[in-house]
Amino acid sequence: MSLSLEDVSRIARLSRIAVTDAELAATQTQLNRILHLIDEMRAVDTSGIEPMAHAQDVFLRLREDAATAPDRRAAFQAVAPAVENGLYLVPKVIE
Amino acid sequence: MKWEVVIGLEVHTQLTTQSKIFSSASTAFGAAPNTQTAVVDIALPGALPVMNKAAVDKAIQFGLAIGAKINQKSVFARKNYFYPDLPKGYQISQFELPVVEGGAITINVDGVEKVINLTRAHLEEDAGKSVHEDFHGMSGIDLNRAGTPLLEIVSEPEMRSWQEAVAYAKALYSLVTWIGICDGNMQEGSFRCDVNVSVRPEGQKEFGTRREIKNLNSFKFMEQAIKYEVNWQINEIEEGRKIQQATILFDPDTGETRMMRSKEDAHDYRYFPDPDLPPLVIADEWIERVKATLPELPVAMQARFQSQYGIPAYDATTLTSSKEMAAFFEAVVAAGADAKLASNWIMGDVSATLNREEKTIADSPVSADALALLIKRVMDNTINNKTAKDVLKKMWESGDSADTIIERDGLKQETDTGAIEAIVDAVLAANPKAIEEYRSGKEKALNALVGQVMKGSGGKANPGMALELLKKKVS
Repeated sequence: MSLSLEDVSRIARLSRIAVTDAELAATQTQLNRILHLIDEMRAVDTSGIEPMAHAQDVFLRLREDAATAPDRRAAFQAVAPAVENGLYLVPKVIE
Repeated sequence: MKWEVVIGLEVHTQLTTQSKIFSSASTAFGAAPNTQTAVVDIALPGALPVMNKAAVDKAIQFGLAIGAKINQKSVFARKNYFYPDLPKGYQISQFELPVVEGGAITINVDGVEKVINLTRAHLEEDAGKSVHEDFHGMSGIDLNRAGTPLLEIVSEPEMRSWQEAVAYAKALYSLVTWIGICDGNMQEGSFRCDVNVSVRPEGQKEFGTRREIKNLNSFKFMEQAIKYEVNWQINEIEEGRKIQQATILFDPDTGETRMMRSKEDAHDYRYFPDPDLPPLVIADEWIERVKATLPELPVAMQARFQSQYGIPAYDATTLTSSKEMAAFFEAVVAAGADAKLASNWIMGDVSATLNREEKTIADSPVSADALALLIKRVMDNTINNKTAKDVLKKMWESGDSADTIIERDGLKQETDTGAIEAIVDAVLAANPKAIEEYRSGKEKALNALVGQVMKGSGGKANPGMALELLKKKVS
């Protein structure tokens, strides 16, 4: 599998990563190299092997349901670019 | 051409946990913006999610309640999209292996039962809220809701009318509130429905192209939105246009649906297993433990009410529409009232008054014991049914017991034969024609006179006794 330049622009847009036209070709080459590596791994016969959902063979750790986190809004918002009335302000988004 | 409507639902239910699904911040509704957020909820780099056990408990409860398969190994995945109320840039959800698979819910539309199969139910986190009021051309973000546990319940596209869709949503609503995994507060967004609607010519096997109506938070809006959407789609096709797959919103002010995004700019969510969360493993013992805590479910309770109390199926279904109402009914019967009378009173005057006052049975000013006493006074002929209705009204307003009101207002039924006899004599003297008719074989002629006797006694005569006396006098 390999990606076209259009594919690369689309992926960049979905990922909110600015890729200039000048960078597009290089990005395409790099992504295609990764896909090529995946193709090589795909060539391995894995029939009959249950796919793993995680790299380690461990189970999910669980916690008891207790609301213990303190209100740290002031500390969190001290490093936010813009806040008002307790809200974080971001460039206007209406879908 | 006849058209068939095809509907499937995705319902987001907020689970009733104290803390969030992956952090220990509170999930309580209505706090000041951003005061209930932990490092995980605002996605500080390096903050790691830790799963809330109670959210899993509730998913298992739901799975058991609908007879589904509980996947003993399920996987959390990242659903990638960018929106400021989702600060990580992805929502933690489940994709390939959800916690609950299959199951079914039975609905009833106009007396016809239908089984709606479920595809799956999976655990995920809620997003925050965007406030689009004017903040100097910017949007405000409140992340209190971010990370609230959701169980997304997905049905098969098996509903064929808005009536079925609404009945399914209501049945699901009553089930999740019944087992207590969701508080059911639709105004606060605890139960939100996405409805997939398509139409196809009757008899066609393939589905038509669907459009998804997002985020309906009332059954009334659901009805309006589906009706509008179905007409719109049929009209489009009949005028030769093709339906494009799209996500749409319902506007309650105009009663219309409008496009939110078309398929072209639809998200490509690029799901992949979340490396921060290894698989969720649910052992047999855990499922058994949850099973033991599961309350008696509505369907089982309906069957029991019919056999134990001898009430009709209709009564049993109505009385089990909420857990509170079912408990109220059982308390009234336990306090000595006849079951059918208790059912009539609860479904009749009590429900009517509650509806009028927009209250639920939990707020009823007349307790189960108080209602039972009133019914017992009808059963032992202290008052007749009509008087009892007035007594209930007074109980409702004053909080006094039935006995207090009967005593105070002198409502005790006249069982003194002598006193009623005098009234009966007077009524008969005034109605010679009715006596003629009765004697010539028209049995019912005297029934009309009972009302007059009742009136003459100021409502205190026992109607049965009045009829007996009338018959005795003329024969």
